[in-house]
Amino acid sequence: MVFARSERPRLPTAIKILVAGGFGAGKTTMVGAVSETRPLRTEEVLTDRGVGVDDLTSVEAKRTTTVAMDFGRITLGNDYVLYLFGTPGQERFWFVWDELAEGSLGAVILADTRRLADCFPSVDYFERRGTPFVVAVNCFEGSPSFEMDEVRLALQLNPAVPIIMCDARKRESSREVLISLVKHSARLRAEPVGS
Amino acid sequence: MRGTDEPTDEHWLDPEIIRPYVVTRGRTQPAHGRFDLISMALAIGPLPGPDAGLDPEHLRILQLCREPKSVAEIAAYLDLPAGTIRVLLGDLFDRELVSAQEPRSEVDMHDMKMYRAVLDGLRSL
Repeated sequence: MVFARSERPRLPTAIKILVAGGFGAGKTTMVGAVSETRPLRTEEVLTDRGVGVDDLTSVEAKRTTTVAMDFGRITLGNDYVLYLFGTPGQERFWFVWDELAEGSLGAVILADTRRLADCFPSVDYFERRGTPFVVAVNCFEGSPSFEMDEVRLALQLNPAVPIIMCDARKRESSREVLISLVKHSARLRAEPVGS
Repeated sequence: MRGTDEPTDEHWLDPEIIRPYVVTRGRTQPAHGRFDLISMALAIGPLPGPDAGLDPEHLRILQLCREPKSVAEIAAYLDLPAGTIRVLLGDLFDRELVSAQEPRSEVDMHDMKMYRAVLDGLRSL
């Protein structure tokens, strides 16, 4: 039996949000807290296009690396599906981020106040790339408490970047972080300043 | 003494390395289409019978995609690399057994309607 094109059910459009931050900051925890399934894992074989290598010198200019990513899914009605991808944490996987960040709605940078400096690379990366992001401070029990202003100062964040205190284990709290990112991204992209 | 970087038989027979290539018969690129990590696939039409010449992995994808699934999800559930799933999806797409939907491009990210729909969806979780 052949289906006519018009009879085919419509497919939802996928949207992705990245969850970044240092090792142990709670990326997979947040993905799991707010997703409709347990966090899934996929492996992608990616090509490192000569990062830090002079292409004229050797055949090693193109290397392939297998990278594992944790992700989750949130179905939003019939038209959209939201995917949350935890970014691989190691610095040598920076090139992976470009493929992930391409076409993303934005990024959540999870900050652990015990190791605030761990999220500097993520902040730099998304600022440089122009990807909208929010900083979510994961409030672990017993972790030093910071005022939002202190975090903003420490990370040298633009005043427009939202900072949210959260508990990445809690669904409600993680959902609020996502809502704040979507609003921020809409402000930056859907209603450009001056229009 | 053998050099440490010399491949051993054991290395090349590692099923974790071999399986993805056997499944695709050595192909690393899909015949058609790009298939992003979050491209959505949906099985169309009835499940083909055993004489259709499909591999078990093709059939598992068709079963999984009775509801829309992304390349990343199919890869996770079948425990195969995303690249392998792209090749298999390309086969199914060629035979008109799946339809596919590319994700939104960066250009589409200026669509206020999309932001409203995502916000409404998140609020009603």
